[in-house]
Amino acid sequence: MGEVLVLVDHTDGQVKKNTAELLTLAARLGEPSAVFVGGTVEAARPRLAQFGAGTVYVVDNPDVTGGLAAPLAEALAAVVAAAGDPVAVLIPTGAVAKEAAARLAVKTGGGLVTDATNVEASGEGGVTTTQSAFASNYTVTSQVTAAPAIVTVKANTAPPQANQAGATVVPVDVSVSEVAKAARITGTQAKAKSGRPELAEAQIVVSGGRGTGGDFSPVEAFADTLGAAVGASRAAVDAGWYPHSNQVGQTGKQVSPQLYVACGISGAIQHRAGMQTSKTIVAINKDEEAPIFELVDFGVVGDLFNVLPQATEAVSKAKNG
Amino acid sequence: MNIVVCVKYVPDAQADRTFSEDNTTDRANVDGLLSELDEYAVEEALKIAEASGGEVTVVTVGPEGAADAIKKSLQMGAHKGVHVLDDAIHGSDAAATSLVLAQAVKKAADGAPELVLLGLASTDGTMSVVPAMLAERLGLPQVTQVSTLEVADGLVKGRRDSDTASDALEASLPAVVSVTDQINEPRYPSFKGIMAAKKKPVETWSLADLGVDAGAVGLANAGTRVVSFTARPAREQGEIVVDEGDGGTKLAEFLAKSKLI
Repeated sequence: MGEVLVLVDHTDGQVKKNTAELLTLAARLGEPSAVFVGGTVEAARPRLAQFGAGTVYVVDNPDVTGGLAAPLAEALAAVVAAAGDPVAVLIPTGAVAKEAAARLAVKTGGGLVTDATNVEASGEGGVTTTQSAFASNYTVTSQVTAAPAIVTVKANTAPPQANQAGATVVPVDVSVSEVAKAARITGTQAKAKSGRPELAEAQIVVSGGRGTGGDFSPVEAFADTLGAAVGASRAAVDAGWYPHSNQVGQTGKQVSPQLYVACGISGAIQHRAGMQTSKTIVAINKDEEAPIFELVDFGVVGDLFNVLPQATEAVSKAKNG
Repeated sequence: MNIVVCVKYVPDAQADRTFSEDNTTDRANVDGLLSELDEYAVEEALKIAEASGGEVTVVTVGPEGAADAIKKSLQMGAHKGVHVLDDAIHGSDAAATSLVLAQAVKKAADGAPELVLLGLASTDGTMSVVPAMLAERLGLPQVTQVSTLEVADGLVKGRRDSDTASDALEASLPAVVSVTDQINEPRYPSFKGIMAAKKKPVETWSLADLGVDAGAVGLANAGTRVVSFTARPAREQGEIVVDEGDGGTKLAEFLAKSKLI
């Protein structure tokens, strides 16, 4: 079986759940190997071993760890070369990683699929992927015909399965080209932490739209009772009521939680594209004609400023009772 | 500053988009238009050209109808258009599209583009990978998905927001830049703009004009291919209640019954 590379998503060696998912998917295609960028591989190694990484390729180079796509792509290309002839490279979906995947596809001639929700081995050593198309109105299966298959994979695609392996560390030297270093990050402003789960990974998302009139407090209160992430429609973001990074929709985040609660959101195609694969959908809207109601498992025609506080109280009572 | 903007002609997202018999995007039976997200790139290019002088050239790769995407850009104020039109391109993946675009950008800019602008993603494929691929092909720095942009003194500066931070990015020109829908408010073509667009030059180039081998593009040479597609089953509408003072309680009951709390 051929080797399957998985780019590790981590913070200071703390490996994220999506990496365990990707290693699990990788085992379906071949021999999983991890690609670790940074200087804290020893912290990550036990978890990478636990989920089946036989080899951990380590790139520890400040030019690569800077968080830009071009150097990361050069590092990935170097690891692909070191690995020989990998079947596939699996990469967690994220803006920078996705662009690194894109550049890697040009460098290697490999076939690229983004935002996959499933990855399977197809006959003759190939790779088949599943993803959504046209605002999630279609589920599409693709065959990757050019090797290596380079696939960015969404979070929550496969339950991680432990599969103990050796996780032998193999350092890979990368000398990053001048052109890749030509774009620089000159300053970083960390965002205030909300303490809520991340939107893309949350099991429950409560979103607010135009109907909030700019007051997200009942949306946030309900979200906090449920342990949910807070999302916003494009209308709410464009009005400056909520940060763009919380936008759910075609040009924002695509979410697929167990429960999605749309508050004061009409349900334009833009927004539907970002949430209609959610397992259960609930909406609260004053307008009974709002298209969002076509999608819901449960809908309340009413004012969110009346409905949400009552629901918040009832849920917290149910949880504490 | 001479700016090249790459735009895409896409099926209208408001219509019922689907696939053709060969599993490529159905363009014949759905009205097409300039990808909404590309309007932000056109607008930003126009603003930079207006401030610094120079010309905006719009490049598109697409079927006959793609001329409409150029037309709209010219109506907004772009100076000239390039349409790469060749039957062999049908079914190309993102990598092949970036190959054709790279050659077209070079030719349109006489080999030396100063600034190449693109939207965040197309509204049909929505992969958002072509800007990075184009930068790779052109050997230029990429400053992508920025929500602010400043071009001065041979530098391009922009702000890119992620979930955890807001990064200030910088590169020297020439560079490839992609912009988000947060960056500006695209203008509507004025009557004057619509009339002026009719006189603006549009060139049509084939793969041969660009020196691109037909064997490097198209469905047969794509690195990935759609093998099947299924329409997501329509969601069945569940229970809708009208709030009569107990809407929140009913909502909580639904969540409890569904084991979601």
